[in-house]
Amino acid sequence: MDERADAIVIGAGPAGLAAGIRLAQAGLSTIVLERHWLWGGLNSFYKLGGRNYDVGLHALTNAAPKSARKLPLPRVMRQLRIPLEALELGEQLGSRTVFPSVSLDFSNDFDELASQVRTKFPACAEAFDELARELALSPHGVEEGPASTRTELLRRLGDELLVDMLMHPLLWYGSPTAHDVSWSLFVVLWKSIYEEGFARPRGGVRPLLKLLTGRLREVGGTLRLKSGVQRVLHEDGRTQGVLLDDGTVLRAPLVLSSAGYVETLRMLGGTFAERAATEPVGTMTFVESCSHLGQSAPSLGFDKTITFWNHSERGIYAPSTPAPFDARSGVLCIPENYRSQDPEPEGVLRTTVLSNAAVWEDLEGEAYGAQKEAAYQASLAAVSTFAPDPRPHVIARDVFTPRTITHFTSKRAGAVYGIPHKVDDAASGVQGLHIIGTDNGFLGIVGAMVGGAGVAAFVAAGAQGQEATP
Amino acid sequence: MTNEDIVQAIKDIIITIAPDEEVAGLKLDVSLRDQIELDSMDFLDIVMELRKRYGVNVPEEDYKELASLQSCVDYLAPHLADKELVAH
Repeated sequence: MDERADAIVIGAGPAGLAAGIRLAQAGLSTIVLERHWLWGGLNSFYKLGGRNYDVGLHALTNAAPKSARKLPLPRVMRQLRIPLEALELGEQLGSRTVFPSVSLDFSNDFDELASQVRTKFPACAEAFDELARELALSPHGVEEGPASTRTELLRRLGDELLVDMLMHPLLWYGSPTAHDVSWSLFVVLWKSIYEEGFARPRGGVRPLLKLLTGRLREVGGTLRLKSGVQRVLHEDGRTQGVLLDDGTVLRAPLVLSSAGYVETLRMLGGTFAERAATEPVGTMTFVESCSHLGQSAPSLGFDKTITFWNHSERGIYAPSTPAPFDARSGVLCIPENYRSQDPEPEGVLRTTVLSNAAVWEDLEGEAYGAQKEAAYQASLAAVSTFAPDPRPHVIARDVFTPRTITHFTSKRAGAVYGIPHKVDDAASGVQGLHIIGTDNGFLGIVGAMVGGAGVAAFVAAGAQGQEATP
Repeated sequence: MTNEDIVQAIKDIIITIAPDEEVAGLKLDVSLRDQIELDSMDFLDIVMELRKRYGVNVPEEDYKELASLQSCVDYLAPHLADKELVAH
């Protein structure tokens, strides 16, 4: 006799956990399935050499106080019925975009960016202020808008360098497409990063995930680890449930998948899986590193929270093809440079540089290791041009390539920002199966929770639930 | 359930969904959204809690009936006649 549930969620990252919580809150018996032996997905955590590492977390965007009820972060926490203060968020000290001839500082106070632009790009000040005013009045979700933000911003601001610099952190945060984003995505990124800003939970991603898994349990949802889904079962265009790798069948009329759109198509089998082979893959992927330092990073002179660097006259945000990495453009994150963090015995420094998946597929053994090391060294060398040289202070590190990402998260081509054209309506082509997470168009941890919770609320309202679980 | 109980039932649900809101002084005949901050997701939650706690299914076309506490009472009274206020 197959097991039954009202709803199944594939993936226990922020999107899946938020969706699971909302489904369970609606009284639906809910099972969240995770392939890995640990939850968190693209924002998981692990231990290596006795040290704790966060996989993805550089920053939570959308930093806002509880009183700002309509803003995405306070709103989603209310919907999940987890107190915002339980996250113990510490705001960023301040971030910076560094280009060869000029840098722009920004923080959770928008005026800092505005005043930087006024000082360094005085000819654009008025146009910038007008743009900022308009965006401040705009909701997060705008349906319409130009396909190219770059063209639109250039039209409005008239300065290519300013456009490159304003877009640089937003693309990095990020964009699933090289070089440019749609206006609707740009508006979300602008508001989330420049208007609202960065914060970090005290203790990193672990406590945040603990709140999510705890809340899921509290409302009667189940989390099953080491439970990879092989197939999403369907008949006559309707979802029937899932088949796990181990042969178990779980029946449910509702499945929410955060595994990725194409990954989900594959799970449907048949003509859907055939289509999957021709669907565009996300091209943006990266080489990331996390270094532990013999002393705290601020004590070495690292004073910014996140630095988005670009060692080239024009902004670069594109796959590094044919090279395995491109350290001319990247991100430096210093987790200690958030307020209210616990003092750590060792400094931590995270870097991310451009990469591409295909090159890493063909590297084996020593060649793979050598390129990984080269990418790491190039990242730190790049950092040393605008910040203290961390290399003499590194006591431990971990590096991951696009292949590492795919290995642990099953995201094709290590595309952490997903496919280029999002599935805005969450539709999969099969009734009862919905796409949540990155490929539904929601980015970052907060985005994932907002999207997962939103789709879950919408489908739960339409579902005829069985008896509420205790 | 009496009409007072229905008002309390809705207030209890609002407290669950929006714990920071002050429900004690809510006026019966003024729209809820004019008195406290409730968005469309919150209304979906109210509908869900009504189903969970009282087995009442409110179809989408009737959501507008929940606009004020008084309209909630008018709409829900027949559905809740034989129910008891759920302790929460």
